[in-house]
Amino acid sequence: MNNQQTETPLLETKGLTKIFGSLRACDGIDLAIAPGEIHALLGENGAGKSTLVKMLFGVLDPSAGEILWKGKPVRIGSPGEARATGVGMVFQHFSLFEALTVAENIALALDGNVAIDRISEEARRLSLEYGLPLDPSAHVADLSVGERQRIEIVRSLLQNPELIILDEPTSVLTPQEADKLFETLAKLKAEGRSVLYISHRLEEVQRICDRATVLRHGKVTGACDPGQETPSSLARMMVGGEVAEISGTGLGEPGELLIEVNKLSAPSRSPFAVALKEIDLSVRAGEVVAIAGVAGNGQSELFDVLSGEERVSNADAIRIRGKSAGQMGITQRRLLGCGFVPEERHGHAAVTEMPLTANLVLSRHASDRSTFLSGGPLGLINTDAVAKASRRICEAMDVRKAGEDPAAGSLSGGNLQKFIVGRELDRQPVVLVVNQPTWGVDAGAASRIRQALIDLAKSGSAVVVISQDLDEVFEIASRIAVINEGRLSAPEPASSMTRERIGLLMGGFHDGTGHAHAEALHAH
Amino acid sequence: MDMTQAIILTIMTAATPLLLAAIGELVVERSGVLNLGVEGMMVMGAVSAFAIAQLTGSAGLGAIAGLIAGMLFSLLFGFLTLTLVANQVATGLALTILGLGLSGMIGESFIGLPGLKLASVPIPLLSDIPFIGRLLFDQDPIFYTSIIAVVGVNWFLFRSRAGLRLRAIGDSHTSAHALGVKVVRTRYLAVMFGGACAGLAGAHLSIVYTPQWVENMTAGRGWIALALVVFASWRPTRVLAGAYLFGAVSIGQLHAQALGIGIPSQFLSALPYLATIAVLVIISLNRRMTLINTPASLGKSFVPER
Amino acid sequence: MRIELKKRENMSSLFSVLSPFIALGLTLIAGVILFISLGKDPVAALYSFFIEPLTEVWSLHELAIKAAPLILIAVGLSICYRSNNWNIGAEGQFIIGAMAGSVLPVVFHGWESPLMLPLMLICAMIGGGAYAAIPAFLKARLNTNEILTSLMLVYVAELFLDWTVRGPWRNPEGFNFPETRNFADNAVLPRIIETGKTHWGFGFALIAAIVLWFIMRRTLKGFEITVLGQSARAGRFAGFSDKKMVYFAFILSGALAGLAGISEVSGAIGQLRPVISPGYGFTAIIVAFLGRLNPLGIVAAGLILALTYLGGEAAQISIGITDKVTRLFQGLLLFFVLGCDTLIHYRIRLIFGAAQKGSAA
Repeated sequence: MNNQQTETPLLETKGLTKIFGSLRACDGIDLAIAPGEIHALLGENGAGKSTLVKMLFGVLDPSAGEILWKGKPVRIGSPGEARATGVGMVFQHFSLFEALTVAENIALALDGNVAIDRISEEARRLSLEYGLPLDPSAHVADLSVGERQRIEIVRSLLQNPELIILDEPTSVLTPQEADKLFETLAKLKAEGRSVLYISHRLEEVQRICDRATVLRHGKVTGACDPGQETPSSLARMMVGGEVAEISGTGLGEPGELLIEVNKLSAPSRSPFAVALKEIDLSVRAGEVVAIAGVAGNGQSELFDVLSGEERVSNADAIRIRGKSAGQMGITQRRLLGCGFVPEERHGHAAVTEMPLTANLVLSRHASDRSTFLSGGPLGLINTDAVAKASRRICEAMDVRKAGEDPAAGSLSGGNLQKFIVGRELDRQPVVLVVNQPTWGVDAGAASRIRQALIDLAKSGSAVVVISQDLDEVFEIASRIAVINEGRLSAPEPASSMTRERIGLLMGGFHDGTGHAHAEALHAH
Repeated sequence: MDMTQAIILTIMTAATPLLLAAIGELVVERSGVLNLGVEGMMVMGAVSAFAIAQLTGSAGLGAIAGLIAGMLFSLLFGFLTLTLVANQVATGLALTILGLGLSGMIGESFIGLPGLKLASVPIPLLSDIPFIGRLLFDQDPIFYTSIIAVVGVNWFLFRSRAGLRLRAIGDSHTSAHALGVKVVRTRYLAVMFGGACAGLAGAHLSIVYTPQWVENMTAGRGWIALALVVFASWRPTRVLAGAYLFGAVSIGQLHAQALGIGIPSQFLSALPYLATIAVLVIISLNRRMTLINTPASLGKSFVPER
Repeated sequence: MRIELKKRENMSSLFSVLSPFIALGLTLIAGVILFISLGKDPVAALYSFFIEPLTEVWSLHELAIKAAPLILIAVGLSICYRSNNWNIGAEGQFIIGAMAGSVLPVVFHGWESPLMLPLMLICAMIGGGAYAAIPAFLKARLNTNEILTSLMLVYVAELFLDWTVRGPWRNPEGFNFPETRNFADNAVLPRIIETGKTHWGFGFALIAAIVLWFIMRRTLKGFEITVLGQSARAGRFAGFSDKKMVYFAFILSGALAGLAGISEVSGAIGQLRPVISPGYGFTAIIVAFLGRLNPLGIVAAGLILALTYLGGEAAQISIGITDKVTRLFQGLLLFFVLGCDTLIHYRIRLIFGAAQKGSAA
């Protein structure tokens, strides 16, 4: 399939290295991308993929090594130079401006001073040509995540790149939207362009990529044809050993009804929020119910309503352990035995600048009043008791940190998440609601957290997991539901759910016309 | 000149410094920076303009001095908040306190001296138009500047690429930075523009409005200008309307005092301040509009990630 | 040359302590430059500004009298600022509190009762608290910017005092001077010790500082204030109400400002006049920041800033510098404090020449 040695690679790196202080983020990377090739860059969080790609796009300068474009060494000093060379990039986290229109957003990414109207027309034409329809006069704030990604892609295509770098593009798409993206990539390949496809999703990579380079801890641990490999051989190259298998998803008969949501509706709290519509959900002791869905469909709104940070007018719409909880605040729900882990680690689940002990008090000052506080109405904080509990949690969850009680912000994502989840598990909550338990977390910490969730369910608690990661959903759930535009599908046993079905539900569903609705959504 | 003309003239004179200061701050806030030091920059402009006018005998040079003083003073704010990433609210307050103190000191020897008034520059032909000719085209240069500023800022923000970039920075400085837009440099330029406008507005007070120097003569106009920007939902044409509305209120209460109607003068003097509160409340009532129009990165610290 | 900032992982405790001192040092240096440019001997000027007022006992009492309102107000402001409520209207709350506390001695001037003084203090705190509740309400209910509303109310309060003292409350036996009656003896705040003029306002200030320090340091309420100031969202997650905190912070600081107001009026002045404050409410903002929003640090900062007031008067007499230099010093000090605070959160690098992008920090 590939004439590896006979054709000059479009882009090649030799010994590319990037050092930050004592950290070798990229260590002697050799990479070769042929023209007209879709090349995967595999690796888990922290492997060095983003750093490598930032060097290719001129955001960072290499510490050592060289980059060759069509056989000649080049220095890419800025994104402008990268674009001029022929490299385009679509970041995982979009650089978009909510208050501006699509055309204005595109104009900002282009060099030069072409009139907005012409950019508008070009963008519209290109978007249709590549199957990514866009309305140039729409405001970004009104667009869905998938539509926003189209802006990023069209923005990049307008510069006529020969190599396009895509950073985790499908993490925000439904399976159907992902299929459309793959069609676009095929068209690009047919035109002779190359794609550098960054991902940690092995199935996709096997499906669409011609070659793959695997990174681990900044080094290349393998270069292969992904079609010839198995998911486990690829995983081994990525992670370097067996990742602990999650055990015991067979959870036995579910027990009493612990949390019950009945026809819960809540209006959207701001112009950009999602309204919840008639949500039904029942979770029993011993169950893990996973709520799958693409970002922006009401996950945060649902979490806030379950946690009590937002109250609902109908107190009965939420019942916790038999009590009407819709009007209860988060403190009262915690006193009923609930624990909550929000999506955002910094500025929600924890205060970044405060030490771990303070963050422990943050969520447990009410539920653990007798241990952590003293002095009656004065509410004196018992620092010894808090420190003891913090130590206990760090040991139980293997939290790696610098010093006895560092600021939350100094921990890595995975370690902070372990602490945050451990903080709730430490009091054996009867009901646990978690939003994106392992987002941005390395594989080791992720597997530990997922195992902890399963163990909690096994010990008789009810666990609700909201997750955008389908792999995770299938790993831990006993039942699966899908949230779409504020509506929740009826949860079904995990054994009878398929990815296709979930994908369709993610695209929209009303009374079994899921497929037709999905089509309507995409017919802009 | 008849009564109506006279009243309108006084309203315009009262509105001009508010308009200038507000339009300058509008640009600053559109770039995502909150500069509460407008009062400080204005009073520095006022004292500098008066002092230079006295020392050189030229009110015109005084006006320019006021503009430069405001601009230099704003650089202090810029250095602290853009380079040292200090808290913008506290630094703006510090700028005001420093400005009031420094201007008090500089102006001490000028108290009581009769001032030089900036001469009007009538525009040929246009100033002969009956009624509005005198009002619009026979004014001092600072008035003309204020109107040009509104038109210019409107064009800049909504019709130029540079203005688009500035608005983008105000919406999301991280995204702008990722796209290669020079965030800190643009903000410095915006802050300096705001300082120049505030300085010129202050100059207007001491060499046009009442050609005189009195300590703290801005009397809270800088703060009112800040409220005007919010009231205008960060849109230049609305700032024009707001400034003139406030000018009318200020003049209205002065005339009411002069007329000796039964209301105590202190209550009338309080009207502009109460009106400011009322205006802020009215705008706050429309939450949706506030949410959509407020520059999303306003007041947030920006440290480029390396 | 460029300045590059890198965020520290943990706030530097070294600089948390050092930064106010560095700021003071820089202000002194700026002062030296200022005095030289004014043609005065810098050493003599600094001496008369900062040392001379400390050399006499009566002067130390003046220091305490000036520091009392600064500390009392600043302690309340520190709670506000820590919880991200920007109360800029303390000057207005000071005035309204003073007026509320003066209702009894002015209107009921014949009432001889030991309850007069305690009731005055309570009325002052209620008055100041209620006046502060206005911007609090507007912020909590309507999300109106509290900086602008609280500040506008300062101008309103000043005008209201002016009208009241010149009008309905003017002393009928006062030869038409714009001032109220002198307060009767039972309405005057007593001195702390017989030999000096320092009144109990200073005592209130110290008590308030210690109590609030304890609350912030050791109690759940203090924790709540800190969390809500750092992240309103995390505060909600913890079950705290940011709306209730707006009221709590504003009313507390308004009450303390009101207490400072009546202490000043009944302890130092003895009557109401059109102007009862040389800008204490604004200088207190500087005191709060210089004291790093820590009530104990604020005691020290309050004394230092009181010193600048006395120093300005002393320097005017002995060297002939305008007392407006005081304001200038205070503004400069705040500037330097804010600049030095950067060192606590960030590491600073000076980079000469064209630097590599993404160079190691």
